[in-house]
Amino acid sequence: MKFGVVVFPGSNCDSDTLYVAKEVFNQEAEFLWHKDHDLKNSDCIILPGGFSYGDYLRSGAIARFSPLMKEVRKFALDGGLVLGICNGFQILLELGLLPGAMLRNKNLKFLCQHVNIRIDNTDTPFTLAGNLGQVLNIPIAHFDGNYYIDNNGFNDLNKQDQIVFRYSEPNGNLSKKSNVNGSTNSIAGLINKNGNVLGMMPHPERASEAILGSDDGRVIFESIIQFINREKNLENPC
Amino acid sequence: MKVRVLVSFKDSILDPQGKTVKHSLHTLGYDFVDEVRQGKVFELELKGISREKAEKIIPEITDKVLANPIIEKFSFEIMD
Repeated sequence: MKFGVVVFPGSNCDSDTLYVAKEVFNQEAEFLWHKDHDLKNSDCIILPGGFSYGDYLRSGAIARFSPLMKEVRKFALDGGLVLGICNGFQILLELGLLPGAMLRNKNLKFLCQHVNIRIDNTDTPFTLAGNLGQVLNIPIAHFDGNYYIDNNGFNDLNKQDQIVFRYSEPNGNLSKKSNVNGSTNSIAGLINKNGNVLGMMPHPERASEAILGSDDGRVIFESIIQFINREKNLENPC
Repeated sequence: MKVRVLVSFKDSILDPQGKTVKHSLHTLGYDFVDEVRQGKVFELELKGISREKAEKIIPEITDKVLANPIIEKFSFEIMD
């Protein structure tokens, strides 16, 4: 399968993401420049972490107007897989492909640390290789990761089972302490109603090789690869 | 024509930056400051557009770009 990694001015996890797709998982992967109009036949688009446009105005607010984002939106609305990591998640919120918004972390500090996140939905193309309640040790690095959604929106998320990851203790319990940035209901990642667009603040690409401290992020890439390959087999049996 | 657009968090949104500013004002003895909300100011210079049109278009561009309507509210004034 093929990953397309979108590059904005200020993206800084694009190379890590491409490296993991290519070198760790032996998949095809290509950079997609934000000014282009071509998704180059990618099966899954990744909006990587970083500080697109220097986080000017609001995190992710300017990147959403890039020419390529029109194609990404179309791709997403047609059911294509889109994964937004950190700044990529912020862009998906600004684009309106995911509900809610990001506020500054509750302690007003840039947080760069390993956290534990619990998988609360394995019925998605991004988590199908994981187990419900499984706790992943994955790093975060953000200033604006305090996810906000109003009560009605939150009820909707719950009803549709859209909350995929929650910040938790190592044993999976939720606590005020484990909710490092103050997110509504400890939300660390969520999926759209159609189940093909996922945003998450933690960086799975930074936790894909044990030598880097954790390879718990692998499950996200493994899930995507399994999902796409299964779909391709259905399209072309034998 | 000069327009000033004021963007700030909705009342329902916690503003930890405003709270921190309030706290430091209290530390300095200005304890009569009861509430601080922090926001952003945009000064736009418009040309070739009537005042009437500007009044219509500014909410549009604010909703689209300057503010995130999920968490922010805005007001604006036409300066001249």
